[in-house]
Amino acid sequence: MRVGVVTFPGSNSDVDALNALAVAGVEPITLWHESPDLGAVSAVILPGGFAYGDYIRAGVIARFSPVMRGVTEFAAAGGLVLGICNGFQVLAESGLVPGALLRNRSLRFVCRIVAIKPERLDSPFTRAADGAPIHVPIAHGEGCYYADEVTLDELEREGQVLFRYVRDDGTAAIDPDEPANPNGSLRAIAGVCNAAGNVAGLMPHPERMSERVLGTDEGMQLIRSLVEGANEWETAGRPAPGTDGHVAAKARGRR
Amino acid sequence: MSEFRFAVNVLPKPGILDPQGRAVESSLAHLNVASVSRVRVGRRTELTVTAGSIAEARAVVDGLARELLSNPLIETYEIELLEGTSSAVSAEAPGR
Repeated sequence: MRVGVVTFPGSNSDVDALNALAVAGVEPITLWHESPDLGAVSAVILPGGFAYGDYIRAGVIARFSPVMRGVTEFAAAGGLVLGICNGFQVLAESGLVPGALLRNRSLRFVCRIVAIKPERLDSPFTRAADGAPIHVPIAHGEGCYYADEVTLDELEREGQVLFRYVRDDGTAAIDPDEPANPNGSLRAIAGVCNAAGNVAGLMPHPERMSERVLGTDEGMQLIRSLVEGANEWETAGRPAPGTDGHVAAKARGRR
Repeated sequence: MSEFRFAVNVLPKPGILDPQGRAVESSLAHLNVASVSRVRVGRRTELTVTAGSIAEARAVVDGLARELLSNPLIETYEIELLEGTSSAVSAEAPGR
């Protein structure tokens, strides 16, 4: 199985993502930003970095690149798309996942290990996780998750909040000023998915914790989830969103 | 066709935390300025549009402001006409 990783001008975590996919046992493919053709990939990762210099707002110029036409079509057809860090910002600016990423509340670029916890284990992005807090690095200046209150309530209700920043005891770091919430994200949200459940973004970098030699391989829980989810989608004959066998139809049914 | 020059001023929406504005406010004490409050920091873009009419030009700017220069979830924008103009582009030097 092939999984694509987009390289935008300014991507810097694409190689980490390619490596993590190789560790997970799939064939990693680089997708160049100038081509809308995704080839025969079974899932797509939008990696971290500073696509197009992050000018105007992080992610917005990348949104209009040719490869995003292919990614948008792939997502509409039910394919799994995971945006990591800058990739999350690109997805949010594209409207493929809800909300926006604001300047960190501290105004500082934050680069350290944080703990996040999956909110549900029946999503294609968390299915291989054990449910315990996952320790993964963050490295961003604009990661403060924002959506209006009505949208936040809807995301909670529909199970679209996938990850939250958590304290040492595993509880959500909901105070935007507490240290366990590294950027001031509302309701401690570290990652969300779209309504159909097949497009997700998160600020932390699971692909940078893919092997023990890097300190921990805890991030592989999320990479393996993506690979398993994509494999199931392929085996089911690439079902469209809302139809039987689609990841989201199943996820909604369990909730 | 004529050229029209615009500015697009983008500001964080009221109620959205503006850490840059807050940082500016916190520096005011060092300047011994006590009379300034409610600082918001935004972004200004100036651009020239070649179009048949001002309405046509403004529509192009409005589209850009909505799609690219601002994010309607978190920001508002205002369009400012800098120079209404009658300079025909065909009369300008090529490569402009």
